[in-house]
Amino acid sequence: MKILVPLKRVADPDNANKVKVNAGKIETTGLEWKPNPFDEYAVETALRLTENGANPKARLGEVIVVTFGPKETETTLRGALATGADKAIRIDATDEQLDGDVVARALKALIEKEKPDLVLAGKQAVDGDSNQVGQLLAEYLGWPQATFAGTIKSEDDKALVVGREVDGGTINLKVTLPAVVTVDLRIVAPTSVSSKHSPAHKYPEGVRFAALMAIMAAKKKPLTEIKLADLVSDAALKITYTGFELPPARKAGIKVTSVPELVEKLKSEAKAL
Amino acid sequence: MPNILVIAEMLDGKVRKSTHSAITFARNAGGTFSILVLGQGAKAAAAEVTGFGAQKVLVCDDPYLANPVAERFAPTIAAVAKSGFDVVAVTASSFGKDVAPRVAGKLGAGYAPDISGVKDEGGKLVYKRPVFAGNAYATCTINTPVQVVSARQSEFSAAEPSGGASPVEDVALAAKDAAAERIEYLGLSAAKSERPDLGEARVIVAGGRALKEQFATVLDPLANLLGAAVGASRAACDAGYAPAELQVGQTGRVVAPRLYFAIGISGAIQHLAGMKGSKTIVAINKDPDAPIFQVADYGLVADLFNAVPELVTELKKATG
Ligand SMILES: Cc1cc2nc3c(=O)[nH]c(=O)nc-3n(C[C@H](O)[C@H](O)[C@H](O)COP(=O)(O)OP(=O)(O)OC[C@H]3O[C@@H](n4cnc5c(N)ncnc54)[C@H](O)[C@@H]3O)c2cc1C
Repeated sequence: MKILVPLKRVADPDNANKVKVNAGKIETTGLEWKPNPFDEYAVETALRLTENGANPKARLGEVIVVTFGPKETETTLRGALATGADKAIRIDATDEQLDGDVVARALKALIEKEKPDLVLAGKQAVDGDSNQVGQLLAEYLGWPQATFAGTIKSEDDKALVVGREVDGGTINLKVTLPAVVTVDLRIVAPTSVSSKHSPAHKYPEGVRFAALMAIMAAKKKPLTEIKLADLVSDAALKITYTGFELPPARKAGIKVTSVPELVEKLKSEAKAL
Repeated sequence: MPNILVIAEMLDGKVRKSTHSAITFARNAGGTFSILVLGQGAKAAAAEVTGFGAQKVLVCDDPYLANPVAERFAPTIAAVAKSGFDVVAVTASSFGKDVAPRVAGKLGAGYAPDISGVKDEGGKLVYKRPVFAGNAYATCTINTPVQVVSARQSEFSAAEPSGGASPVEDVALAAKDAAAERIEYLGLSAAKSERPDLGEARVIVAGGRALKEQFATVLDPLANLLGAAVGASRAACDAGYAPAELQVGQTGRVVAPRLYFAIGISGAIQHLAGMKGSKTIVAINKDPDAPIFQVADYGLVADLFNAVPELVTELKKATG
C-alpha cells in the first residue's frame, strides 16, 4: 500500500499558554516548533499499516510525507523520514499564502501525480484547530472519507474498516480505497491499527522515536521541493484572518478548606445547586 | 442581510438538541433563515423546529439518509444551499465537522469552523473563533459569496422557540456522489446511558487519571444526585477508566455547563480548552499546585477518595 501523509509544524502546544498576541497578530518569535501531534499519529499509523510489527525494518509499502512551508520546515520532514517514511516532499510556501482550502487543492494536484492508495491525515492541527483539510481534500478528489479514526483495520489493502470517534460513541465504516482517513488520538493505542502484514501485533503506546542511526540515514532519503504555484493556479484564499486577541481572563477563584464550605459556597454564593 | 440555511442534525428520528445552537447562530447573524431537516423520518421530525421563526422548514426525508455519512448528506445540503442562501450553518458536532467541509468544497465556499461569535459589520459577517486550544481568539471573514460555518455548541446557547409556525416544504434528494458508493455504514456503538448528553448538561462531573478503576464507583453517586453528565480527561479515557466519548477537551467535547466538577484532573491546556467556558468550576485535587486551580472558582485540596463521598453526603443534606 502507498500512503501519503500531510504533515504540519505547529508552535509547541505545551508552550501554548504562553501564546502572545501583539498588535492583533500571534507573536511567533521565540515559539518552538513541533510536528502537529495528530500528524505524528498519522505517520505512525501509516508505518503500522505498511509493516509487520514484529519486524518493522522490512518496509512492506511506501509512506510519503508532505509539508507546506519555507526551507526550515524540512526539519519536520526529516523527522518523519527518520522514523521510517520513505520519501518527503516540501511544497514551498509561506504561511500567508495558505489556508485549509489552498492546502487541500495543492494536495489534490500532488495526489493526482503520486497516486497513493490512502491519504492519512491528522484530524486537526492544534494551532488553527480547523479540522477541515482531510474532508475538503476528499471532496476535491471525489474520494470517500473516514474522519476522527480511533481504529483502522486493513484486511486486504483494498478496503479499511475504520472506527470513528463521534460525539455519541463509535461509528464503524468500511471504506473502499483510495480514500482519505483523518486520525484521532487513540489511533496510537497498542492495538488500534492492524493490517494483513501484522494482524495481531501489540505496539507500545504512542508514536515511535527515531534511533540515532536512522536520523543519520534519513539525511540520504529523497526530499524534493515543489513550488506552490506548480500545483495551484488560483492562489486566492477563501478565508482572511484580520486579528487575534487573548481570551477574557477568568475571575480568580478561591480555595475552600472543607467539603461543607464548598457546598455552602455553591449554594449561597454561586447559586449553582 | 444574509439568508442562512441551518442544517438540522437528526438522531433516532428526532432533531438533535445541538441543532438549536446553529439556530442561535442564525438569529445572532441577523437576516433571515430556513432550517433543512434531512434524514430518514425527517418529515415527522420537522414539526420539532417549526416554532423557531424560520422562514421555511425544508425537508428531505429519504432512507438513503438513514445514517450520518457525509458523502450522502453533502450533495443535498449543497443543492439546497444553491437555491438562494448566503450562509450554510451547522453546529460543530462530530456530524457537523465531518460534513461541513465537503459542503464547502462542493459550493466553492470558504469554511469557518467552530466559530464562537458572529457580527454583521456593514453587510459583511465577521466571525470569531478559538485557536491554539482556546488560548487565543481569531477574527476572520470569508471571501466567497457563499459561506459555510460550524457554530460551537458551548458558545451559542440553545435557541428557545419563538412561536409561529414556519411552513414546511419538501426538497428533493440531490444526485448521489460516486464517493458514497465506496462507504459502507456498519453501525454506531454507544454505551447506553440515561444521563444527559455532555453538550446539553447543566452539570458535569468529570474525572481524571487519579480515579483509576474506581472511576464509576466514585463519580456515579455524585452524578446521579445532581442529574449530571459524566466527563473525563484524556488520560482517564486512554487508560480505559472511562469510555472515549466522555472525553472533554480540545480534541474531545467542548462544554460549558452551569457547574463543572474537575475531580483528580491536573488541568492540562488541552483539557482546559474543553471546559474553560463553564459558568462555575469546582476542582478537587490533592496537589495544591495543580494548574486546574487557576481556572477553578472553588478549589479544594483533598484526596478525592475521601472528598467525593463526603460531598455526596453534604449535598444530600443541603438539598434535602
Ligand atoms: C494532541 C493532544 C490532544 C489532547 N487532547 C486532550 C483532550 O481533549 N482532553 C484532555 O483531557 N486531555 C487531552 N490531552 C492530554 C492532556 O495533555 C493531559 O495529558 C491529560 O488531560 C491529563 O489527564 P489527567 O489530568 O486526568 O491526568 P494527570 O495529568 O495524570 O493528572 C492527574 C491529577 O490527579 C491528581 N490526583 C492524583 N491522585 C489524587 C487523589 N487521590 N485525590 C485527588 N487528586 C489526585 C494529581 O494531583 C493530578 O493533578 C491531549 C494531549 C495531546 C498531546
